[in-house]
Parts: sequence; structure tokens; C-alpha cells
Amino acid sequence: MTAHDAPATHGLSTGPATSLAYHTGTWRTERPVYVDLAPPCALACPSGEDIRGWLGSTQEGEAGFETAWRRIVAANPLPAVMGRICYHPCQHACNRAKVDEEVGINAVERFLGDTALERGWDLPKPGAPTGRRVLVVGSGPAGLSTAYHLRLLGHDVVVREAAAEPGGMMRYGIPAYRLPREVLAAEIARIERTGVVIECGTRVTDLGAAQAEFDSVVLTVGAGVAHHVDIPAGAASKIVDAIDVLRDVAEGHPPLLGRRVAVYGGGNTAMDAARTARRLGAQEAVVVYRRTREQMPAHPTELEDAIGEGVRVQWLSTISGVDTHTITIEKMELDGDGRPHGTGEFEELDADAVLLAVGQDADLSLLEGQHDITVSDGVVQVDDNSMMTGREGVFAAGDVSPGSRTATYAIGRGARAARAVDAYLNARVLPAEPVVREATADRLNSWYYSDAPQQHRAELEAARRVTGFEEVLAGLDAEHAVFEARRCMSCGSCFECDNCFGMCPDDAIRKLGPGMRYEIDYDYCKGCGICAAECPCGAIDMIPEVR
Amino acid sequence: MSTVHIPFLQTGTLAVGGRLLREDDRSVQSHADRPSSLTRGHRACQGCAEALAARWVMDTAVDAADGKLIVANATGCLEVFSTLYPESAWKPPWIHSVFANAAAVATGIASSLHAQGKDDVRVLAQGGDGGTVDIGLAAVSGMFERNDDVLYVCYDNQGYMNTGVQRSSATPASARTATTPAVGHQPGAPVGQGKSMPKIAMAHEIPYVATATVADLRDLESKVRTAMSIHGARYLHVLVPCPLGWGASSAESIALSRAAVQSGIFAVIEARAGELTEVQRIRELAPVEDYLRPQQRFAHLFKPGGEDALDRWRQLAQANIRRYDLLGGTP
Repeated sequence: MTAHDAPATHGLSTGPATSLAYHTGTWRTERPVYVDLAPPCALACPSGEDIRGWLGSTQEGEAGFETAWRRIVAANPLPAVMGRICYHPCQHACNRAKVDEEVGINAVERFLGDTALERGWDLPKPGAPTGRRVLVVGSGPAGLSTAYHLRLLGHDVVVREAAAEPGGMMRYGIPAYRLPREVLAAEIARIERTGVVIECGTRVTDLGAAQAEFDSVVLTVGAGVAHHVDIPAGAASKIVDAIDVLRDVAEGHPPLLGRRVAVYGGGNTAMDAARTARRLGAQEAVVVYRRTREQMPAHPTELEDAIGEGVRVQWLSTISGVDTHTITIEKMELDGDGRPHGTGEFEELDADAVLLAVGQDADLSLLEGQHDITVSDGVVQVDDNSMMTGREGVFAAGDVSPGSRTATYAIGRGARAARAVDAYLNARVLPAEPVVREATADRLNSWYYSDAPQQHRAELEAARRVTGFEEVLAGLDAEHAVFEARRCMSCGSCFECDNCFGMCPDDAIRKLGPGMRYEIDYDYCKGCGICAAECPCGAIDMIPEVR
Repeated sequence: MSTVHIPFLQTGTLAVGGRLLREDDRSVQSHADRPSSLTRGHRACQGCAEALAARWVMDTAVDAADGKLIVANATGCLEVFSTLYPESAWKPPWIHSVFANAAAVATGIASSLHAQGKDDVRVLAQGGDGGTVDIGLAAVSGMFERNDDVLYVCYDNQGYMNTGVQRSSATPASARTATTPAVGHQPGAPVGQGKSMPKIAMAHEIPYVATATVADLRDLESKVRTAMSIHGARYLHVLVPCPLGWGASSAESIALSRAAVQSGIFAVIEARAGELTEVQRIRELAPVEDYLRPQQRFAHLFKPGGEDALDRWRQLAQANIRRYDLLGGTP
């Protein structure tokens, strides 16, 4: 064969004298490095969910749903519940809010939670049996989370619950229009299938006896006792605790409250009570709150939903007297520090009943006379790291211990308590939570995220809401859940968009294939920084070159 | 616009690729086994947009021509930084003759291939603004006028950069270069001079003229693909920020291109037979300062006395927005 007959190479081979011989990497003063930073959503999630991770699996569609769900239940065994009742601090932290609207993380969690229930996915199998026995006192979110995580670690777990059914405030505090009971029951049953034994109607009254029976005890009794305020009241006046009303409704015997109901307080329980009163037939439900809307502890969406259902709010007001069909309220004003003070100006309001929702206290009856267990500010004090109370082997988590009183926080603290108990039983010290770097919004190049507004869930119209306890907020279907998940910007973690690979002027980045990301060829990378500047999610750092 | 629109998959059409994309929706540059026609080891400055644009253009052309592509290159940065004797960074067959004649060389290659019956082998000519707008203009114009079967690509970095940043006729008014210093009552490149090569190309009424930037890969790839689907004279003008000559950070080459488009300073268009056919709309209208301020060649615009020149830039952007309807809405 002569040179003339040689097949054409069509130019796609490099000759013997290629520029590959010259290593331009020596020019570099800064080098790009791939990093994995913590996204604000996960940092804000009290349950400790790897939100970016499970949204990432959801993005793949049908094939990724089960993986996504498994990534949730690695932290939180109640996704269908929390997908409904969580106040989603993750979404308030979401960087996408600065681009268009936050990612609807909560809606996707609910979709995955509901899909898991529909398809009967089971929680992970427990680890090898350790032979150790742990008692969890109380079956609210903290107790269930503690029990589940202890069970995964191979321990035998018994949960003792004073009430007739498990779930704590999720069952007896949160109305069914926010959390249908069959959803709660199904997720609790699934925890029981891991081998956790829940004994209802069993109040633990003797801590010493419990300690003798078990290797360790975790107190998760919650804060189910209504806080009281002194209001001068006539003999025939009807003053009841809001949480008692919610419990009665949950137990299937709703109380008669009358036509006009006043609710005293500004928290989520007050909102739940007012909305429940409307459903029980009250034509007027007035929330009396002593501060302003900005200061109200109730979640803004709860307030909006309540107002949407015809609940009225009497701002800057306290109840100073209650009579049979009227209440007296005093107008308040705020001082320079934002504290309310009475103005001496009074007003009468019609009300057949007053529901007190001015706070809840921990049920500490079990600890009476246990002087080695410190109680202050109304809660059981625990060591921040070990979560142990003053008594060795006795731990506490959830509303009974210090911290935010939300279900998501309770789940996160429950998981940590489980790890703490496990460390104690194995005579190890639980390592402190690692310090992580946050993927802040200023690291992102949001140009690359196409405008894609949040997929809003359908709501039951207000007129139909107040006639019953049907769930208000609908779920997303698979298509919308996947779309919503794909709105995640994957802050601080490479999601393989190919920008660095495609935009390197020096052809110095190699693409390693699906899931394998990229590799920088430092023999040729000149350190221009384009890859870092154009990385949508801020997953590349430029660091000084040290020679 | 011939730009593809892919479904929203975390990122939309603006990123290079994405792990969720269907194979058909992928850009040439997103493939692990892309041609990489301009390979590593070339000596372009850090952050050189010309090197980036040349790989994007040529990889797409190689892909469209099924690997059968011959390239003629004018003198300029692109030639100098890629072919330091005895090395070459080019993978396709590539020839450099002299400064002015890339278009003529390409015409000769195309004619020869046609005479041999090898019409499936395609010809691409390329150069910088010096080799195209100034020194090589006669040959380019002749190639256009004869409608020779060549795709001519101009990488416009608005000056003679490898010889020390002298002004070209593509240098914008008020820009500081080595030959137009920022001194006197009208500092920088003179106002009222210079020429627009895309408009000159359109005046030849050749089959296809387009402009593009390195801020929009998919737009650029689709324009090269469109050009490659046509026989006859075609012209593609790519704005390529030059960190050295423009006095900008090497990391900002893409961002500057984006700002040029989003401020209305650089119009991204397509024209067929002399008629404007497509315009890329501004996505997020940006002030001209986004484009000008990061560049040291415009530093005097932001000092006392620079107000008039800055205002001229605003008027230029407004004129482009009007002329090309860059914000849309004009029926």
C-alpha cells in the first residue's frame, strides 16, 4: 500500500508533533478543585435529612423514587406525616428563593411518603441484635424517632405510651384536616414492623423500676399539659384548654363550643383550635393575641389558612374577664422594646366559649422526687452532646427537653438520642456534630437555572374546609413532584451539568461518565477560573497554587 | 432562532449538558468523546475565549461534516498560540498561509475538492478580526461575492492582541489600546470609525450570516450546524473576550460575553440572503456597565470626564435594542 492509498484519517488524529507535549499547567497560580458543601436546606432541617440528596434521586423520575424515600428514612421514619405537618425550615433557607421561588421540598417529601405507603415499601431491616433493651417513654415524634433509630442499631426497644393510641401530639394535637389519621397510623405501624414494641395505655410512673427493667431509658413525654393564666371568670363561663378540645376531637367526641368562640393565644395550637372551632360549627372564631402579626409565633401559612376559613384575629389584645356569653378584652400597646402593655381601654366581645392556647408545659410527673435530674425553665436539662440527664443511663429528647418545640426538631433530637444511647451502651463517647461549610447563595451562578416556578398544590376551597375535617392541602402527582425536585439547584454539590467540561478553553477537564463527575488535568489546566465562575452550583473552589 | 429548546431538567438550555438529558438533546461539547479539535497544550492566555470558541465551532463542524473537514487559518492569535513549531494543537487538517489570504486559500481548497468530486469534504476558514475585518477583507469579500463553498468564521476580540493590543477596525469607540491610549478630550479608539463585519457580510447577500458568543453554547452549536447544512458562502461572527487586551479577569470571559448580549451591546442574529431572519432576545436586561466596568480598557469611562463616552455606550445599546427588537414585542 502506498502513501497515496492510505485511508484518510479525516483529521481526527494528532500528528507526532502535538501540543500535548507542552504542559501549560506550569502557568497556574490558582487551581480549581471540586468541593462538596452543605446546602442551606439540609443545614436548616432539624431532622437532619439529606434533602439535596433525596431530591437528586427524585429528579430521575420513577426509577429514583424508592432510593429517594430510602434517603429520607435514613433520618426521618415519618415522611408522609412530615410532608404534611412540617413547617419546612428547609424551604425558608432554600437559595432558589433568590432566583424565583423556593423549592417545594415539603410537597415532594409528602409525595414520596405517600408513594411509599401506597407501594408498601418497608423501613430498613434492623442491625444485628445487641441484646440490649431500651425503654422509650412516650410515642410522639421524638419517641418514635428514638425508637426507630435504636432499633436500626440492633437494640430491643419498648415504647410505653400513656394514651390509648400512639403518636403523641401528632395524634392528639394536630387536627385531621392537616394530618389524616390513616397516614399517621400507617407510618407508625411501619415502625412497629421493624420490631419496635409500642405499649399503649401504659403510663410509666416509676423511673427506678424502669431502669431496673431496661439498660437505658429515654424520656420523650412531650409537652402535653396546657399552660394556664388567671382570668377572672363568671361561674357559668366556659373556659377550656385548646389542646383538650383538639384531643377530644381526635378521640371522636367533639365538645359543644357554641356559636361564637374566642381563642386566647398566638401559636399554632391557637390556629388549630380556631380552625377546629369553625369545623365544629362556630360561626365566629376570634383569636385574641396580645402582640402584632409580626410577633406571632404561629406559622404564617397557618394564620393565612385560618383567615381564609373565616377566623378573625384581635391583635394587641388580652382577655381580662370572661362571662357567660361575653368576654372583656383590654387593648394593648407596644413599648420601645416591643413588649405589650395594657392601655386601660376595654372592649366587650361576644363569646360562648374561650379556648386557652397560651402555651404547653412538659409533663414532669414521672420525675417528682428524682433530684439528680435537673428541671429548669420547665424542661429536663440534658448534656448538649451526650443528651443524658443528670442520671446515668437516662436520656431525654423532644418537647420535654430544651429546644424548638416542633415535630421535625423532635425527630432530629430523637435520632441523636438514639445514637447517644448506643454510644453509652457501647461505652463510647458520641462525637460532636461535624462543622461543615455552607453553600451560600453568593457561590451560585443562577443564570443557568431556567425560570421554573414552584408547583403549587391544590387546596380545598374554604367553603368546603369549614364543613368537615377533610385534608386541606392536596399532594403533587408524580410528574409535578419530579418537576419540583428538578428545581433543586444542588447548591454546593456537582450535579454533572457539563459546564466546567464544556467551557474549559484549555480542554483540560475530563468527563468520567454518569455519576463519576469530572477530573481536572493539572498538566494542562492554566487556572483561568472559568470553570469555577460558570459552575451553577458553586461546587468548584479556586485555591492558591503552592509550588 | 435555530437554537434548540430542551425540556427543563434542573438546568434548561443554558448549561452545556446535564445528566438527565436525552442523548438527542445533548450538545457536542457535553460528550466525553467530543472531537476536541483544538486540543490541550495550546498557548492561548488564561481564559482565552477565542480558544474556547474555536473548539466549539470546529468540534461542531467536524461532527456535522462527519469528520471530513479542512481548515484554513489566517494569521493572528489563533494561529500563533496553536502552532508553535514543531507542534500543533489542531486535530483536523489545518493550513496557515499568510495574514490576508485565509479566505482565498479556503476557496482554492474548496474548488480543488469540487474538481475531484469530493463535495462531502467541507472547508472552514477562520481568523481574528484583524485577519478578517482589516487585512483579509478583500479575500473574504471575494469569497462571499463568488459564493464559494466555505464557512468563514471570525473570532472577534476587537484588536491585534498577540502583537501587543493595537487597535483594529473592529475595536469599539472609546476602548483603550496600545495605539489609542486613554488620553486627550476623546480618549481611547476614535468615535465614528470602525466597521461592522456582520453587516458587510449581509450586504453581500450570501446564503447565511450569523453572530454568536461563548455565553450561549447551544446557540453557537446550532448556528454552526445550520451553516454546515448549507453550501455556498457562509459567515459566522463570534465575539470572544480577550482577558489580556480587554484588561479583564481570566475567569470573566463567559460573563462578559453574557453581559454584552444582555445589555444590548452585542446583537445575536441570523440572516439569510441579506435578510435578518432571527434575533436572540435579551433574557435579563443588564446595564451597559455590567459589560464595561470589569474591563480595564474602559476604566476611563468611569472617571471624571468619561460620562459622554459612557452615555454613547448606552445609546449604542438602545439603538441595537431598537434595531434588532432585542426585547421583543415589536410586531
